[in-house]
Amino acid sequence: MEDKTNDKTEVKSAPEAPAGPGGARLFVTSSPHFLNNESVPKIMHTVVLALFPAMAASVYFFGFRALLLYAICIGACLLTEYAFQKYMKRPIKIYDGSAIITGILLAMTLPPGFPVFGAILGSVFAIGVGKQLFGGLGFNIFNPALLGRAFLMATYPVLTTTWVEPRTVQKAVDAVSAATPLALMKFEGKLTPILDLFTGNVAGSLGETSAIAILIGGLFLRYKGYVNWKLPLGYLGSMAIFSGIFWLIDPSKYPDPLFHLFAGGAMLGAWFMVTDMVTSPTTDIGQWIFAITGGIMAVVIRLFGGLPEGVMYSILFMNAFVPLLNKHTRPRVFGAIKAKAE
Amino acid sequence: MAENNGYSLWYEFKKGLWQDIPPFRLVLGTCPTLAVTNSVINGFAMGMATLFVLLGSNIIISAIRKYVAPQVRIAAYVVIIALLVTVADMFLAAFFPPVSKALGPYVPLIVVNCIILGRAEAYAQKNPVVPSIMDALGIGIGFTMSLMVMGFIREILGFGSLFNIKLIPPSLFEPWIVMILPAGAFLVFGTLIAVVNYISSRKSAASDKA
Repeated sequence: MEDKTNDKTEVKSAPEAPAGPGGARLFVTSSPHFLNNESVPKIMHTVVLALFPAMAASVYFFGFRALLLYAICIGACLLTEYAFQKYMKRPIKIYDGSAIITGILLAMTLPPGFPVFGAILGSVFAIGVGKQLFGGLGFNIFNPALLGRAFLMATYPVLTTTWVEPRTVQKAVDAVSAATPLALMKFEGKLTPILDLFTGNVAGSLGETSAIAILIGGLFLRYKGYVNWKLPLGYLGSMAIFSGIFWLIDPSKYPDPLFHLFAGGAMLGAWFMVTDMVTSPTTDIGQWIFAITGGIMAVVIRLFGGLPEGVMYSILFMNAFVPLLNKHTRPRVFGAIKAKAE
Repeated sequence: MAENNGYSLWYEFKKGLWQDIPPFRLVLGTCPTLAVTNSVINGFAMGMATLFVLLGSNIIISAIRKYVAPQVRIAAYVVIIALLVTVADMFLAAFFPPVSKALGPYVPLIVVNCIILGRAEAYAQKNPVVPSIMDALGIGIGFTMSLMVMGFIREILGFGSLFNIKLIPPSLFEPWIVMILPAGAFLVFGTLIAVVNYISSRKSAASDKA
């Protein structure tokens, strides 16, 4: 008898249905029961494909070193994922591609000269603490790659902010250290030409350089329908409008909105981190609030905070509000009548 | 627990070392646990200061427990604890000025440490002096040990040193600055609570089987 009931639940549950936190297998979902051929691995591998242009650009600008960092981060993320899933006796799903994305995104937030042991440490933290301890893919509160980067920034404050001039790494052993456009702006008041920012010929993290390469990947994802347009539009739009207000007030003191959009991690964050399906809200209003507030936060940190770049903390900060946003922006159930407040 | 009825002094002592170890099992006294454990020595000094105050307050409170009106007992306890804390604070400042400086405001803050008031309320006011002494020693030593373990992990990862002696050459190991920041304290604290819970859940599972 015992066996029979178990079999029944197995049949009823969808093949990809994850075991819930309490090991529950039977998932009752509400209608409509559409079938499509999307699956987690398919989406994840498309995202990896979309990241290729940006990866290629960073390898072009920073050479072998960038390639090495990608390999290390991806490898360490996959290994950590495997180790945690094996040890916690969860189904091993390292082929679903989510750890690969975390690895690529984490590498993209690191400066090209970042040491290998640091990259491994960040990957272990990102997957271990950022994802698996919360219950694995779908249960994490914060974007794992950004959490890994935040941990590394607190752990190695000097190494994570030591940048090199693009296209110097392969020429000399000791690459010329340089400041990012945002740091130049903040600490020396120098503006970098927009064209350099657009193509990526500036110092910065691997994914901070070429805005156009990230834009290509992002638009490809949008075309495939894996990116909700509200999130990048809300984030970049609010950044542009909010920074534009300050630029109009005093153009000599505050940089123009285009600079804000193309410098630093704004593009990468807006297209690949704000749009993380797990850590962004599910409702329309919630997504607007999430994206717009995040953009404003990023500009506030850039202009008035102690750090030159605020994209990472703005996204992590807004990630923390996602459960709250989901709860309070729930749309009215069809046919339900609002209770009178009397 | 059954042994509790018969005043097993050894039990009163032992429970503070694992079963009721303050920061990890009772989750009491977390403020000093997070704030002053960036080195082993700081953790030890803080633990010892707390142990002294706890011992004194448990003895005095258990001795006067029949003469204090229940309505004013908390006020009376706070006065007694504040007296002992002042003694500990002045002693540290006089004999170990660097330690006193490193601990900063956290020694005076022992007055409001919930372990001390907690033991006074939960134990000393109901029990005779001798078991109260054992209780204070157990809890105090357990607390000191916890702070030292926290300090050990954070000092070795955050500075690459132990007891302020450089152990790992900087060329081999780049210290994790995060470990000496408050964020590192929370990370280590959470990990240790998880480890302690894991070990005790396995222990209780093993004793259930037996």
